[in-house]
Amino acid sequence: MAALEQPTPQPEVLLAVEDVTLSFGGVQAIKNVSFDIHKGEIRAIIGPNGAGKTSMLNVINGFYHPQQGTIWFKGVERSEMRPYVAASQGVSRTFQNIALFRGMSTLDNIMTGRVTKMNKNIFWQALHLGPARAEEIEHRAKVEEVIDFLEIQHIRRTPVGRLPYGLQKRVELARALAAEPELLLLDEPMAGMNLEEKEDMSRFVLDVNEQFGTTIALIEHDMAVVMDLSTRVVVLDHGELIADGTPDEVSANQKVIDAYLGVAHD
Amino acid sequence: MFYRETGQYRTDYASDQQILNLPQDKWAMALLLAVAFLVVPLLINDYWANAILLPFLIYSMAALGLNILTGYCGQVSLGTGGFMAVGAYAAYKLMTAFPGLDLTIVVLFAGFVTAAVGTVFGLPSLRIKGFYLAVATLAAQFFLVWLFNKVPWFFNYSATGMISAPARTAFGLEVSGPQAPIWAKYLFCLTLVTVFALIAKNITRGRIGRMWMAIRDMDIAAELIGVRPLWSKLSAFAVSSFYVGMAGAMLFAVWLGAVEPTEAFGITVSFNVLFMVIIGGLGSILGSFLGAGFLVLLPILLKSVLVGGLAMTVATAKHVELVLLGSLIILFLIAEPHGLNRLWQITKEKLRLWPFPY
Repeated sequence: MAALEQPTPQPEVLLAVEDVTLSFGGVQAIKNVSFDIHKGEIRAIIGPNGAGKTSMLNVINGFYHPQQGTIWFKGVERSEMRPYVAASQGVSRTFQNIALFRGMSTLDNIMTGRVTKMNKNIFWQALHLGPARAEEIEHRAKVEEVIDFLEIQHIRRTPVGRLPYGLQKRVELARALAAEPELLLLDEPMAGMNLEEKEDMSRFVLDVNEQFGTTIALIEHDMAVVMDLSTRVVVLDHGELIADGTPDEVSANQKVIDAYLGVAHD
Repeated sequence: MFYRETGQYRTDYASDQQILNLPQDKWAMALLLAVAFLVVPLLINDYWANAILLPFLIYSMAALGLNILTGYCGQVSLGTGGFMAVGAYAAYKLMTAFPGLDLTIVVLFAGFVTAAVGTVFGLPSLRIKGFYLAVATLAAQFFLVWLFNKVPWFFNYSATGMISAPARTAFGLEVSGPQAPIWAKYLFCLTLVTVFALIAKNITRGRIGRMWMAIRDMDIAAELIGVRPLWSKLSAFAVSSFYVGMAGAMLFAVWLGAVEPTEAFGITVSFNVLFMVIIGGLGSILGSFLGAGFLVLLPILLKSVLVGGLAMTVATAKHVELVLLGSLIILFLIAEPHGLNRLWQITKEKLRLWPFPY
């Protein structure tokens, strides 16, 4: 069958970051970083503290505007935008420190995740009839799918402020998933969790990727998790990209080892 | 019959999303509305209406408005009195310019005018938060009251500078002016408040309410998941001012009949409505009513106890009343910072399990 050998299909690029530089006053948080995220992969972004990982996510979903460089999303160059525009284009995320709406129930939190998909005007809302009611029921059904998927049925009505940490993280993931994102940004989804919670969360991340085909970009400090989950890894250190490749390539890279073990920068 | 939800299954999302899920709650609400609409108008007299029921309904409306802004959207406002004045003066100008206009239309239109004014004064909220925003709305309070005192066009160049409500009808019933029957005034206010409380509940439990609460709880996260802060905050200011404006129009046209802006819409009114919202429960429709009831009834109760029961002079009673009211508010906030509404929720939870402790 050697004669029928086909060229390996070029993976579709969902998001590309080109030469992005971000500085706050005199501090350069990100320096000329370029990488891409393929459709359907789990892309890890790792690096020591202060490497610019979260800043990178903030650039991707439009919260920070880089001084230099371009971002391509779904093949279109992205102009400077507000975060809610990025959200409506299919980028959603979770946060390093839990950023749930504490006064609202789990259900309301997840329903809020669908805010970009709902559009019935205030007059229908005021009457809670017709289109607004139908919309509410339709989206509730979608939200219940997410709730089933993440196994949080029992806390549907609980105000999220009362939930334990691990569950709050899961509700946050649910809120991000409810938006049916094409690109899901996870900022340290397993930080502060015990082994069992980490295993659960890893399973959910893999399931999301496989069942919904969601592309995931993930920041994580637990190297075992990163190496097991991710398709490809980007390593940042002091705002610079020092390695990019498969988990095996990256973990063998001398620069990465130096960055993590600490070598004097000259 | 026990207050139980056991065995009552809700099998679709439509029934799960009702405001009152349990049949017991539905019956209680139906009974309450029946009494309010059918029984009270037969028994009502001037004292009950003017001292208790009308102020309760009108302040409930104002508290609903402020609760939307402060309780649901997290934007503190001290401009409630000023916005009520806008509603009152808009109503006055309309009543005098179009004598044939139905008072319902007048009140609604006063609401829309106030919504526009409120949105303008809400613009600073896009840049500033918390106490600083409160100060900005305080500016609205003083500016608006000053404006209505200074510009004679607003009070139709009357010599006293006061505005007084001419007799106008709603649905063929005379509801403003000195000759209007008291039950008609009461029914007019009750209908408006009931309808708009339902509307407030609907808005706050849907998409828009969730956007407001998202902005209140974590504005940056809200923006990152797709809530537009500009739109959310300004819509909260608009809807809130709409309610406050209607309350102002009703206060002037139906309850008092004649007002002078510094007194009727001063900073005390702003604080009073804010206390109602805080005591009743931030972010709750029922809480707005409970808070308004508490702050309208308590002074009357205290006064009758102090003057009637303890035979104090009216002046002393007034001072004691202020002291007691203030300390009660402080006590209350320490004991139950989430307000009367939370007490009610706790009662309901206990009732559900009664007679067992848990």
